[in-house]
Amino acid sequence: MKHTISVLVKNEAGILSSVCDLFSSRGYNIESLTVASTIDSVFSRITIVTNGDDVVIEQICKQLNRLINTIKVVELPKSADKCIDRELILCKVTAKDDARSEILRIAEIFGAKIIDVTPDIYTLEYSGDNRQVMALISLLRPIGIKEIVRSGMVAITRENQFINLHK
Amino acid sequence: MTSEQINKTEKMNGARMFLECLRKEGVDKIFGYPGGVILHIYDELYNCDYIKHYLVRHEQAAVHAAEGYARVTGKPGVVLVTSGPGACNTVTGIANAYYDSYPLVVFAGQVDSKLIGNDAFQEADIVGMTRTCCKHNYLVKNISDLPRVIKEAFHIAKTGRPGPVVVSLPKDVLTMKTDFEYPEKVNLPGYNPTYEGHPIQCRRALKLLCEAQRPVIISGGGVIHSDSYKEIRELAKKLNIPVATTLMGIGTYPQGDELSLGMLGMHGNYWANLAVSNCDVLFAVGTRFNDRITGCLKRFCKDAKVIHVDIDPCSISKNVSVDIPIVGDAKNVLHVMLNEFNTGKYQYDIDIRRLWVKQIDSWKEKRAIRAVENGIMSPQTVIEHIYEKTKDKDAIIATEVGQHQMWTAQLYKFNQPGRLITSGGLGTMGFGFPAAIGAQIAAPDKLVFNIAGDGSIQMNIQEFMTCVDYKIPVKIAVINNGYLGMVRQWQEKLFDKHYSQTHISSPDYVKLAEAYGVLGIRVTKEEDIDNALDKAISFDGPVIIDFIVEPFEMVYPWVLAGKPLNEVILSNNENGTEE
Repeated sequence: MKHTISVLVKNEAGILSSVCDLFSSRGYNIESLTVASTIDSVFSRITIVTNGDDVVIEQICKQLNRLINTIKVVELPKSADKCIDRELILCKVTAKDDARSEILRIAEIFGAKIIDVTPDIYTLEYSGDNRQVMALISLLRPIGIKEIVRSGMVAITRENQFINLHK
Repeated sequence: MTSEQINKTEKMNGARMFLECLRKEGVDKIFGYPGGVILHIYDELYNCDYIKHYLVRHEQAAVHAAEGYARVTGKPGVVLVTSGPGACNTVTGIANAYYDSYPLVVFAGQVDSKLIGNDAFQEADIVGMTRTCCKHNYLVKNISDLPRVIKEAFHIAKTGRPGPVVVSLPKDVLTMKTDFEYPEKVNLPGYNPTYEGHPIQCRRALKLLCEAQRPVIISGGGVIHSDSYKEIRELAKKLNIPVATTLMGIGTYPQGDELSLGMLGMHGNYWANLAVSNCDVLFAVGTRFNDRITGCLKRFCKDAKVIHVDIDPCSISKNVSVDIPIVGDAKNVLHVMLNEFNTGKYQYDIDIRRLWVKQIDSWKEKRAIRAVENGIMSPQTVIEHIYEKTKDKDAIIATEVGQHQMWTAQLYKFNQPGRLITSGGLGTMGFGFPAAIGAQIAAPDKLVFNIAGDGSIQMNIQEFMTCVDYKIPVKIAVINNGYLGMVRQWQEKLFDKHYSQTHISSPDYVKLAEAYGVLGIRVTKEEDIDNALDKAISFDGPVIIDFIVEPFEMVYPWVLAGKPLNEVILSNNENGTEE
């Protein structure tokens, strides 16, 4: 079962290594991990997608919390009415003959942008939730994906829920 | 120069500042080994009258000695080593303290910060290397951070669940100059250990314990850390609950007491393991349910309700699923429970308790049987004699790791916490001797023994010279069976007696003692044990006694790894049938 964990950390040297080492040393999986500073550059936000049963996820959250430089660890709710998740993908697709119009159609349906065009390749930019991203990839795959770069998931809670330093 | 004489605005170099910070933390003894990049600190130490430096013979021993010191004083042990190999050699010691939760602050030199990453001479990424085996670590890049980092390092090491903190000090930071000001407070927004147990959880726990028919307490190392052995004794007595201890919790409950079950686990008492296996409520305090005490996890206490008190939330429900978790300092939690009980609102049925204790007593008739009876001096006998000779002296007993360690845990009747110094979690051979040195430095007037195996003692035997230099009168009892006994035991039972690489030879310890200028005694006969011990105890200096013992003795009781706790092997003729 996939879980998304949002971790607010103090932006100090080695904190990303601490988080990664924790996962590797305890045998947890990282499906994706993104990190960038928050509006206050003293802190960074790490979004980790991992999998495991409830016991494992609870341990992961506790272990993350135990790191001295983590300020807050929150397992984000899974339901879409409580949490929004997005991933950015950049994708080079073989675009020859009939495929060129097919790719354009798919892009239009998904709201993806063509950001680079060559006689043989379209490069698409798309952001969406995990389900949408996977759907787009599965449609483009038969046409021929030459290269794909995914940002990993970022996620934010809805409405009046904040994961900040101050409660 | 005293601290009063130091003008607040006087510029100070990093090396001096380092020592001033240690003074502010009340450090007066450190363990270390000099080397290239750390020389500026050693230069400052040259004229320093408020810190005594103990020069060891190997950096690993410095860390173990600091841990021994920490175990006796309760204060963080401090280590100072150079970069590269000096730093690398500390890793085992750091991991050992991490697993057993003792506070250390390890300062390692580092190459000039401009050279970091260039594979400079004696460069090692000690921060990277220790990341998963210490509580926290720092690389100090600017002298202005130094006082804050040291303040935080000591704070983190000794608060919450204690542990080692590593500080890497690049050479240039030690020569930079700035104003010295030691921070009054730490500011660590991500670090807030929970000390107070939730009162509702405490009350629920007490209620459950009162309702229980067959309750058992497990008292772990956390009871020593939180200094709550008196509270655990009081609670056990008031509620009439039998108490088993883990290896790290030995001494928290007096062994002679009628409610004492002694140690549980792989080599724990038969009745302790059976009591835990058959209990209906388990009250575990300050233990992390290591596999050595649970045996097969799926079968461990599977029908019992579990209450678990620990200051580290990660320890709770990590291995054993818990019905009533209580995060907090054991002392506070036990206080709340005792106060609550004293209100008189909680009652339990004393007759049911008596029946339970009686049932456990009936299990006590089954005891381990020695594997070999052939007239050759048995290792257990030696340890029993050590106990008899030292029991009235409030001695500190260190051990190495292996058979002798388990026999000491089983046969030495510890009645006070902190008297057994042993490597529990990491199981580090070579720990005992340097740890005993640190313990003796912390308690110069106490009798300190290191009960060792012939394998383990050779892992840090170079520290004899440290003992000689500083007149540290540690007594070493080598239980010399010519084998890496514990591994041999596994080979005998589980690997068709293929004694692969476990036969280990020893130097002549008496001659070795002579070479080091200490007293060496060899004992081969049971009737000579007491004389040798008397001589060692009365000798004013370090002593090594070489006890030549039966090689094929086994540690029983024995629950094979991965087996449930109630499958106990008590003698050579058994294979561990479930009770």
